[in-house]
Amino acid sequence: MYTKKVIQLFKHPHNVGKIKNPDGLGKAGNPVCGDIMWIYIKIGKNKKGEETIKDIRFSTFGCAAAIATSSMVTDLAKGKTISEAKKITRKDVADELGGLPPVKFHCSNLAVDALHKAIQNYEKKKHK
Amino acid sequence: MKKVYLDNAATTPQDPEVVEAMLPYFKEHFGNPSSIHAFGQKAKEGIDKARKIIAKKIKANPDEIIFTSGGTEANNLALKGIAHTQKAKGNHIITSQIEHHSVLNTARQLEKEGFKVTYLKVDKEGLVDPKELEKAITKETILVSVMAANNEIGTIEPTRELAKVARSHKIYFHTDAVQAFCKIPFDVGWGIDLASFSAHKIHGPKGIGALYIKRGTKIQPRQVGGHQEFEKRAGTENVPAIVGFGKAVEIYNVDELRKIAELRDKLIEGVINKIPKVKLNGPKEKRLPNIANFSFLGVEGEALLMELDSKGIACSTGSACAAPTLEPSHVLQAIGITAIVAHSSLRMSLGKENSEEDIDYVLEILPQAVKNLRKISPF
Repeated sequence: MYTKKVIQLFKHPHNVGKIKNPDGLGKAGNPVCGDIMWIYIKIGKNKKGEETIKDIRFSTFGCAAAIATSSMVTDLAKGKTISEAKKITRKDVADELGGLPPVKFHCSNLAVDALHKAIQNYEKKKHK
Repeated sequence: MKKVYLDNAATTPQDPEVVEAMLPYFKEHFGNPSSIHAFGQKAKEGIDKARKIIAKKIKANPDEIIFTSGGTEANNLALKGIAHTQKAKGNHIITSQIEHHSVLNTARQLEKEGFKVTYLKVDKEGLVDPKELEKAITKETILVSVMAANNEIGTIEPTRELAKVARSHKIYFHTDAVQAFCKIPFDVGWGIDLASFSAHKIHGPKGIGALYIKRGTKIQPRQVGGHQEFEKRAGTENVPAIVGFGKAVEIYNVDELRKIAELRDKLIEGVINKIPKVKLNGPKEKRLPNIANFSFLGVEGEALLMELDSKGIACSTGSACAAPTLEPSHVLQAIGITAIVAHSSLRMSLGKENSEEDIDYVLEILPQAVKNLRKISPF
């Protein structure tokens, strides 16, 4: 039911854990559907002076697909500029994983939501 | 890699003796049991013998056993068959909130046809209270259907008492005995009018089950055609499967249940002692000997299932993630467990093939698997 990539990332997820005093924290999911994802980001700057996602970590309560999508979205966002990270879609995540079972597609949505919420959270703090 | 199968409530491996008994009915005894010639009569003998064995096991008469394609068909036939026959007398059916989907979805379909259905609540151990049944009965009630034992948490229902209540009101009583069959005492003399059974939960083949229908019970068939199964279920019989079903019942060894219960208790004790923040779901006492259901807080059930599967351990979960509907187990919700705890559930159902070493292996692997997933979890 799952692709090799999904299983591989489920078994050995990247960027697991929390960031102390993160610049942004995004939470997605709800206990009724089962999956809950938290994404932490730390912002830095590249040579051009653009803001980038310097570090990113996740905590997920969820199935193998939820864990694999969390891992994939953190890999996709890491090192990207904020405007690039905002453009990451659920399709990007699912495609990179070689596809997801239809019933698990919402997991990729959650992962992208959590990332976008973390960026929003950062931007909100910055403008305070 | 070591393999430990702990999903016997889903299905069981077929006993080699069962397979052996079936083989001649694929080959030399291939006749149609409805045929008058020797080929047909040989096949019919096989069916008759199986019917007798199953009838004896539940203290019924052979002509009260109707073979079906499994437990699901038996439940469909029982509920729809009685509802459609008794329509003139009333339109109310009583069942419980923790039934198998083959009962619940049949009841829902009957609701669409205009029947009214009461879904009895259960207590935190999953027990249906006979007093609640008494209260739910109306002049319109035509059928009560409560399972003999639950497939997810193993609760053994007070079938005898529930049947007594139904009988005192002259209402038909059906029980889904798929999980209970052979594992706990069961006697249709308790006042049971209909009961569903399945072969593959007791080391028999898949695709075969039975419905006990008490003599004199009028039931509208679901499937019409020839005269098979006392005109209650048309279609050429699945002879090899029926023979296998009979053999599985014949050789079922109740002494092994004691060993299974001991292993299950060792498992429960080990899990509770070795793993923090774990909850045992379901009853402490009135539980089938083979089922244990846990919730590992902070860990999602399907992820844990996959982690264990990669180590050769097979079990099942009530998590929404594992359900096509993305709804957590209705059984766990009915016993008052919150959605998030239900998502963390894992059912381990043992069988006669399991050994002490199997349980030791699970107790070695499981704590680490839970620990790994908790590291990823925000809770």
